[in-house]
Amino acid sequence: MDLITNLFIFALSCFVGFEVISKVPTTLHTPLMSGSNAISGITIVGALVVAGHSDELTGSIIGFLAIVFAMVNVVGGFMVTDRMLEMFKKKGD
Amino acid sequence: MLDILIQLTYLTAASLFIVGLKRLSSPATARSGNRLAAIGMLLGLVVTLFDRQIVQFEWIAAGIVVGSAIGAYAARKVAMTSMPEMVALFNGLGGGASVLVAGGEYLRDPLALSADGLFTVGMSIFIGSLTFTGSIMAYAKLAELMRGNPITFPMQKPLNALIAALITGASVYLVLDPTSLPVVLFIISFALLLGVLFVLPIGGADMPVVISLLNSLSGVAASATGFVLNNSLLIVSGALVGASGLILTMIMCKAMNRPLSNVLFGAFGASGGMAAAATGDTNKSIREVKADDVAVMTAYGSKVVIVPGYGLAVAQAQHVIREVASILEAKNVDVKYGIHPVAGRMPGHMNVLLAEANVPYPQLYDMDDINPELESTDVVLVVGANDVVNPAARSNPASPIYGMPIIDVDKAKAVVILKRSMNTGFAGIDNDLFYLPNAYMYFGDAKKSLQGLLGALKEL
Repeated sequence: MDLITNLFIFALSCFVGFEVISKVPTTLHTPLMSGSNAISGITIVGALVVAGHSDELTGSIIGFLAIVFAMVNVVGGFMVTDRMLEMFKKKGD
Repeated sequence: MLDILIQLTYLTAASLFIVGLKRLSSPATARSGNRLAAIGMLLGLVVTLFDRQIVQFEWIAAGIVVGSAIGAYAARKVAMTSMPEMVALFNGLGGGASVLVAGGEYLRDPLALSADGLFTVGMSIFIGSLTFTGSIMAYAKLAELMRGNPITFPMQKPLNALIAALITGASVYLVLDPTSLPVVLFIISFALLLGVLFVLPIGGADMPVVISLLNSLSGVAASATGFVLNNSLLIVSGALVGASGLILTMIMCKAMNRPLSNVLFGAFGASGGMAAAATGDTNKSIREVKADDVAVMTAYGSKVVIVPGYGLAVAQAQHVIREVASILEAKNVDVKYGIHPVAGRMPGHMNVLLAEANVPYPQLYDMDDINPELESTDVVLVVGANDVVNPAARSNPASPIYGMPIIDVDKAKAVVILKRSMNTGFAGIDNDLFYLPNAYMYFGDAKKSLQGLLGALKEL
């Protein structure tokens, strides 16, 4: 049953994604990509559990690496997107 | 009770991501949208720390500090011209994180996973590993650490298909024999190999398509990890990213008039068929102009359109062109920028480079929006662009770029092409535009030429 529920969520989210993202103008496609890099850093949620539960060293190291990878995406992605979006001004100065 | 709180927070985070993306529909609201998404991420992260399964925090703290520091440093330091490289690397990290999380979850207790959980572990590792090495290859090609040329060898496609089939088969086998670590290692190593093989035959010019596709795959990998963990937030977020990357991939393919299969397997630029298009009479004449001529043409026109290509960014001339535009505007000339979807090195790249040079975004027009205006345009300045303004794409079925949508600069009253020399463009195709009666060549380095034009305009 889990699998079916998950597929439902996945399919509907894809439709939402298509609807929302097809309205993003060309001008913002680069920030869209870096922003979606940040959002895909949501694996941090899984990485925290992997790193935090384990009393085995292997598990901890795998979890640690997963957190590093995901956090680079999250922090780097949101920050660089913000840096870019700040440049988009209606009137140049 | 705590579980419900965590799930409700995840729901809030997913909603914030969607609202955040929705606000990207206009540059005016985009920045707040990005912040909303960041808040969603923070909520998701913090509430997860309350998960009862998490008992030790040392590794978590270390990982968060190291990852945040690297991310913040990269985000501050990266040059806007290098955004494609950064996005390529981030795609790879996303894929890598999915592999590590799915693998870590598997190692924890393989027997605790259901049959479909085990299969999705295989798929998550497959897509994540492929994204990881594929992105590193794309990065290496973009950063010119390796040659951008397509690398092809016989039986490439059947080999890739065979590897993909073997990996899928191994994921099914994992369901039957959950504790078989060699099977997991098999999936990882062959998926890593496939990532390399899949980007090898794709040329440098097609990297905008590839990084869009890998962007999509990094989302799909995150979603697959959500299936493993039964975590709806991961599934939703991954699907959003997957959809986003797929839309951009399709836009890029359409802009180059090539089906995705052709980009992935076609090895554009590897064949020798290009030369055929460059035939024709050899005594075609061009007209050369100097800075003063261009200054007069533009300053006394009422409407000027600038068509930038990546050559503009290579020459670091974005700021100079904005100064030229400002002077013209002060002389009551209407100035717009017409931007082809593949003008930069990734979707929307040229827009960011111009925004960085303080060009107001209302002046930036898409190809489809600028084309109807060109007939009433007095002067078009083509700077560092070539193939995207080649009328052969409309008129010459023998041309390799035939059918590609272009900016119809030849329809303007006059076109000034800023170009270093008469050399052919990126795709090595001769451009008939240069020989048209309304075309004028302004030779020289783009930045120096524009500085010359700026000086001449100031003296008018």
